[in-house]
Parts: sequence; structure tokens; C-alpha cells
Amino acid sequence: MSTIVEPVPSGLGHELGGRLRDWIPAVVVFVLAIVLWQGLTTAFHVQTFLLPKPSDIAQSFWENKAGLWHAGWYTFKEAAGGLVIGSGLGILAALVLARFRNLGFALMPFAIAANAVPIIAFAPITNNWFGLLNPVSKMAIAAVLCFFPTMVNTLRGLTSVHPSSIELMRSYGGGEAATFRLVRIPNSLPFMFTGLKISAVLSMIGAIVGEYFGGPTNALGVSILNDTQLFDFPRAWAGIVLASAFGLSLYMLVALVEHYTTSWHPSARSFARE
Amino acid sequence: MSSDASAASVVSMAGLSKSFRTGTTALVDIDLDIRPGEFVSLIGPSGCGKSTLLRIVGDLVQPSSGTVLVNGKTAHRARLDHDYGIVFQDAVLYDWRTVARNVSLPLEMLGWSRERRKERVREMLELVELVGFESSRPWQLSGGMQQRVSIARALSFDPSLLLMDEPFGALDEMTRERLNLELLRIWEQAGSTVIFVTHSIPEAVFLSTRVVVMSARPGRIADIVPVDLGHPRTFATREDPRFFELVTQVRESLALGHGEAAGSRSTSAPEVY
Repeated sequence: MSTIVEPVPSGLGHELGGRLRDWIPAVVVFVLAIVLWQGLTTAFHVQTFLLPKPSDIAQSFWENKAGLWHAGWYTFKEAAGGLVIGSGLGILAALVLARFRNLGFALMPFAIAANAVPIIAFAPITNNWFGLLNPVSKMAIAAVLCFFPTMVNTLRGLTSVHPSSIELMRSYGGGEAATFRLVRIPNSLPFMFTGLKISAVLSMIGAIVGEYFGGPTNALGVSILNDTQLFDFPRAWAGIVLASAFGLSLYMLVALVEHYTTSWHPSARSFARE
Repeated sequence: MSSDASAASVVSMAGLSKSFRTGTTALVDIDLDIRPGEFVSLIGPSGCGKSTLLRIVGDLVQPSSGTVLVNGKTAHRARLDHDYGIVFQDAVLYDWRTVARNVSLPLEMLGWSRERRKERVREMLELVELVGFESSRPWQLSGGMQQRVSIARALSFDPSLLLMDEPFGALDEMTRERLNLELLRIWEQAGSTVIFVTHSIPEAVFLSTRVVVMSARPGRIADIVPVDLGHPRTFATREDPRFFELVTQVRESLALGHGEAAGSRSTSAPEVY
């Protein structure tokens, strides 16, 4: 495993909110896209149910900010719960599979097959299991979505250790426990965070989709669904934008923890590449 | 071989053979005694089993038959007693540890106190001339510096035996020659016994007190060349006519060992230069 450190200019998230100059290109693109969106929807009189104007979405968000924010926060908590449960179990499973490799060989084909199941399709079923109004039913979907990316990536990190590293530990008379503590687990951290970042985004998707199949009215997914049925498309879009913002903030939270725990990693200086 | 002889040896191998499950016979009938303070190089063509032999001494690979004693103990006991330090071709340093904490890793595993570790790490970094790089990360160092950290780590707990598996194989020629000199200085200072795997003839002759020449598959000891060059060795040693004679002698032993063993595989020349 060779690590080539490219002189990539540290951009998004080098230090979150770090050097202002690094953010300028992204901000310029954002502003241009919004202006273009506004301009085109106005010029071509695009129907609101197809694509509302950004100004309408912003206005709707402002008018409904209390309700939307409340719903977003509720759904965010479901997503975060699912992320913690699913990724936690994923990390545990990876540790067990890395320690007992034969068990891994026996279970991996089934894990891969299970991963091919469209998990979202289970949302109505978890709603039945845990109750439509119980946030646990949404956490369960989010957790199942988070489990695989975290497990697979962490397992790769735990097992992709240079053979000489293992020989070195053995030469010191170190057993499995020492090898895990001193080599495998630290080696797996960058991989684990890759899995966690994928999972952070998936967890929000899981929670929202779970709510599409029913949930309390103060949940963001339910709110978006209701708005589309009531033809309040600017409000539905405002909800979608808010959902993205919450998903992104969960991602950034994970990225922040990563930054401080794996600052030793050569790539830590330029994780804009990801 | 009497038991006295093996007790006085740091390493004593008798009738060692190694076959892999794939059917490849890596080593056949290796007898070799290494006395305290010796610097023994194992040289031979690729696939002659020299690295496997080194790993058998370190109890990282089990022999198919024969015995190995390290300091009069089984190789297994010797490994658990931390009787040897090992250096690989890659430095095998951990990116999540600073240079100082890489050197202190075996000391942590031995349960040394923080103060004692700190002092030893300072001594070791002085020995390999890396003072000032304590808090650097491994990837910030050049290949040669990384290998020096690796040597410092291997010697940190003062093992009686140092096993080196082509430690300078991945380095450029100039760095390699400088590190050869440094290694000899460290060896003389530390007073340990070294087994050094290489496929560079000049390197083997320059460093060693004895060069063990191995033949290609299956690996056997084809010849043992004692190196009678004086100490301390310097850059001038490489200009010594005796140095060239010994290089020639090792090269001829290698060619002979190869001719005997290969026969059918005339295309694969030993990696010599």
C-alpha cells in the first residue's frame, strides 16, 4: 500500500471553515448555479410543480422555518441514531470477522448477497415491526443502510496490513490482541472513516425514505410527501434542501472527527480529494 | 556437533529443511553455526530460500525438519524472550506513530517505564544519527532515514541477535554504501551478532565476517567464504585488492552452486553485479 501525497490544494473541509480563499471557487459555482436556475425558470416560465424558482423556495423556507426546522431536527435525530447503531454494529462485525477469518470466509458471501437486497424496500416492514410513529422504525432502516459500508471498509482496513507488520509484531512475541491494538485497529481508521462518511449520507436518506412510508406529521419525510400532495412545491423543495443540509452536516461532523483522530495520515493534509 | 559447541553459538542450525505445501522445496539440509559477534551474510539467487532461512531462525516460519537453537534455546523460546531484533526490506514503520514512538514500540510491549523508554529512544536515535527527528512522521523521512529508524527500533531492546532481510535492497547505491558503513559502526558499538540477507556480492563481502553462499532451488549451502578484511572497514576497503579477490571468490561460488542445482533452468542467472 503506497501512499502518494499529491500536492492537492486543500479545499473543502481542510479545516472546516479553514482558509477562506480555498472556498472561493465553490462559492462562485454555487452563486452562478442559483443565478442560472433563477434566470432560466423565470425566462422560460417553468411550472412550479416541475421546478420552482430558488427565490420561491427561499421564501417558502422563511415562512415555514419553524415547522421545517423542527421536522428536520426530528429526522436528523433518527438518521444519527441509525448511523450510530448501524455503524457501531458494522465496526463490531468487522472486528469479529477480522479476528476469526474462517468465520469471515463462511459469512462474507451471505453478507454480499444481503447487501444486494434493496434495503429501502423493507421500510414498510420495519414500520410494522417497530410501529409507524416510533422513530426506531426509521432508525432501523438507516442502521441497515449504514451497516455494510462501515463493515466492509473497516474490515478492509483491519486486514490490509503489510505482512511484515504482522511478522514484526510476532518477532516481539506479540499475540493477536497486541496485533489488533497496535497495528490492525490504527491501520483501519482511515478506511473506517471512509465507510462512516458514506454511511452519514445514507442514514439521512434512509430516515427520509422510511418516513415516506408513513410516520408522525412532524417528520421531514412526511412533511415533504404531504407538501407534494398539496401542490405546495416550493415548501417541498425547501424540505429537500433542508434534508440535504442535515445530511451534509452529519457528513461534516464525521469528517471533523476523522480530521482530529487520523491527523497522522499522509492524506489528512488533503482530504478534498475524496 | 557437541552440545558445548551449540551452547557457545548464538545460532545453531542442524539438518534444517523446509518444503512448502505447494510442493516447493525451499531449503535442504542446512547446517550452520554462528558465533557471538559474527556478521554473517546469506547470499544466493532469488528463490534460494535465504529469507526463509532467516525467518526460521526468527521463529516466523516453521522448518519441515531439523533443529534451530538460538542462544541455546528453541527458536520459539528465543522469540518470546526477545532474543532478536528484525529489520525488513521495507522499514515497516507505523504512520500513526512518530519516529520516537516507532522506536519505543518494542519497549512498550516489554512494559518499560516511560522514563526508561524516553532515555533509550534518545540513545538509539543518537546511534543512528537521527536526533531532531523524534516527532517527525515516518512518511516525512527519506527511505534511508526510515531504514535507520527501523534499525534503531530493532536494537532498542538490546537483543543479542539482529536479523536483517535485504534491509538496503530498496535504496539507491549511494545511500546503500553509506548505510553499510553506518551499520558496521553500529554493529561494532552494539556488539551484537548479525545475520544479513542480501543479493549484492560487494555488500556481503564488505559487511561480513563470513559469507554463506547458497545455491538455487532447493536452497543449500554451496560455500562459506570467510572474509579476512581488517576492521574498521572504510570506503578504502572497497579499493583493497583483497576485497576484489573475495568478491570474485563469492561470485564463482555462486555460479558453481547455480550450475549444480539448475541444469534444466539455464535461463535464470543469479542476480549478481
